[in-house]
Amino acid sequence: MADAGGLRARMSRRPERAVRGVSLAWSLAAGAFLLVATLLGLALGPVDLGLGAVAREVLSHVPFLGVESSFSETQDAILWELRAPRVVLGLLVGAMLAIAGASYQGVFRNPLADPYLLGAAAGAGLGATIVIAYDLAGDFRPDLRPIAAFVGAMLAVGVAYALGRSVGGRQTATLILAGVTVASFLTALQTYVQQRRVESVQEVYSWILGQLETAGWSDVLIILPYVIVSAVLLLWHRRLLDVLAVGDDEAASLGVPVARVRLLIVLAATLGTAAAVAFSGLIAFVGIIIPHAIRLMAGTSYRVVLPLSLVFGAGFLVLVDLVARTVIAPAQLPIGVVTAFLGAPFFAVVLRTTRTVGP
Amino acid sequence: MFQRPLAALLAALAFFLAGCGGESKSAEPAQPTTSAAVETAPAPEFPVTVVADNGPVTIEEEPDAIVSLSATATESLFAIGAGKQVLAVDDQSNYPAEAPVTDLSGFEPNVEAIAGYEPDLVIAAYDPGGLVEGLEKLDIPVLLQDAAPDLDSAYEQIETLGAATGNPDGAETVITDMETAIDELVASVPGAAGASVYHELGPDFFSATSDTFIGSIYELFGLVNIADAAAGAADAGGYPQLTGEFIVSESPDLIVLSDTKCCQQTADKVSNRPGWSGIAAVTNGNIVEADDDIASRWGPRTVELVELIAQSLEGIGSR
Repeated sequence: MADAGGLRARMSRRPERAVRGVSLAWSLAAGAFLLVATLLGLALGPVDLGLGAVAREVLSHVPFLGVESSFSETQDAILWELRAPRVVLGLLVGAMLAIAGASYQGVFRNPLADPYLLGAAAGAGLGATIVIAYDLAGDFRPDLRPIAAFVGAMLAVGVAYALGRSVGGRQTATLILAGVTVASFLTALQTYVQQRRVESVQEVYSWILGQLETAGWSDVLIILPYVIVSAVLLLWHRRLLDVLAVGDDEAASLGVPVARVRLLIVLAATLGTAAAVAFSGLIAFVGIIIPHAIRLMAGTSYRVVLPLSLVFGAGFLVLVDLVARTVIAPAQLPIGVVTAFLGAPFFAVVLRTTRTVGP
Repeated sequence: MFQRPLAALLAALAFFLAGCGGESKSAEPAQPTTSAAVETAPAPEFPVTVVADNGPVTIEEEPDAIVSLSATATESLFAIGAGKQVLAVDDQSNYPAEAPVTDLSGFEPNVEAIAGYEPDLVIAAYDPGGLVEGLEKLDIPVLLQDAAPDLDSAYEQIETLGAATGNPDGAETVITDMETAIDELVASVPGAAGASVYHELGPDFFSATSDTFIGSIYELFGLVNIADAAAGAADAGGYPQLTGEFIVSESPDLIVLSDTKCCQQTADKVSNRPGWSGIAAVTNGNIVEADDDIASRWGPRTVELVELIAQSLEGIGSR
């Protein structure tokens, strides 16, 4: 707990240099990282399309350049119908999980809070498992799984919120405890359903471990509005998160409607998380390591942490997925395994190299 | 005084009845009470010792209370004529229809629940810890028959079931019929060798390599299995998860769907997947919609799957 306390102290510290928002250097770095990650994600994959050929193909779509693509029809389909939507889905999911994680940590003033707090993951898992296990997604509703995951996540958070409010009023600790309770209960239900329908267990596990294999652009289009609404709402409240970091009473004395702001941020973060989880499964760790890495390197103000989490989370998940789909190519790994496998050492390095900044 | 003629009369009657039984053999079950003189096959010898994946197992008497926790074994037991001896089967044994389905689980087996049926033989395909050991402690003979890696192993398992249940002839017939049918089907499409195949276990692109039973079926036809290229195939127990772009770039000549029941996949849906329209199997219509159950078991109905594959390969062979 000493470490958590230390992190919490650091989270509520507001260094002078960060108050103005994201510095030019960090903006450029974030933009460059995002661009490089996206280009690498497009250029590399289990099928070698050739770096130059991919570049020519991309440029051939830019008018007035006169670049001719050397792609065959199959290569064209691989790049634009399979790889590109996967990269874009990775950007959206990574951005969403990272910014939601940063927001949860701020709103609960808890460094260990992540997008799956309050039972969002367990609820989504139960919803998706029921659909998979009982074959509910017939021909008429192929997209029932994400909807069920979404409904499950929102319901879980709703119950956790109601439970926490009814017990502990404004205390964030009770809310988190309520979330843990709801999550345990729903996980038990999910396991029960899964064991009753063992024939679908592989499909359930495959979803739980996370994957960005898409059904093409249609998935991207469905998730996009949720991510935009959620991200805009969260970024809009980044100043208020800074105020909340000081403490509820202090924030209230400054005229911030604490309860309402907290509810709004929790709802926005959960909405985006649920949409991301519904399509990509449970991708752990992104919501924890990206915000903390940014706090350690760029500053603790939410005016810095939120926008940078969004951008670095997006690029990070694309790079992680690149590893997931190439390291044992032509087979692939579940992305959730890779996020933790690469994320944990990465975070350990960040933690060690920035030790001097600590309390 | 009357004993001799009576005995002669009874003997004549028995002979007559046995003759009738012989003529209508297919309609009536064999009469086990007829005298040994008119029986064509000697009664199976018990006790027998058979070898399963859990080592040699001795069965003292002909079992008549079999519990099968393996869907494949259930199909085989009924095919070889041991159906009447089967007391209970697990919740996944959905074929044949007359199999006595219970809520016993083969994946999460509960030794107590199984022992509650007082079985004299248990057949399992999976020993997730303690099943075989637990049953052996209760002196219940148990045959563990893991997923067969190829047809020969599948035949051996059927042979073992025949010996263990006192139906060696039934087992021999099933095996010979399977061999004959599969040989003919494979020989009917000689031009298929060298064509490539993608076997789909789920819409998330899990597939099966040549190390698996289904993969060995494709090897019979001389097909090239695209999943074999997966470096991690061996680590994944022969069931790697491929990527969409790899499948599209390989452009397999044949796609076999064994996710038609679990995941409602159809040839139409596969053809309409983004980016899949250029795959050879899609443009030529060589997509087999297999029954998930048949394609994931290694029993007598494998012939039906081989038939579907052969039919689809006819087009490829003639090109």
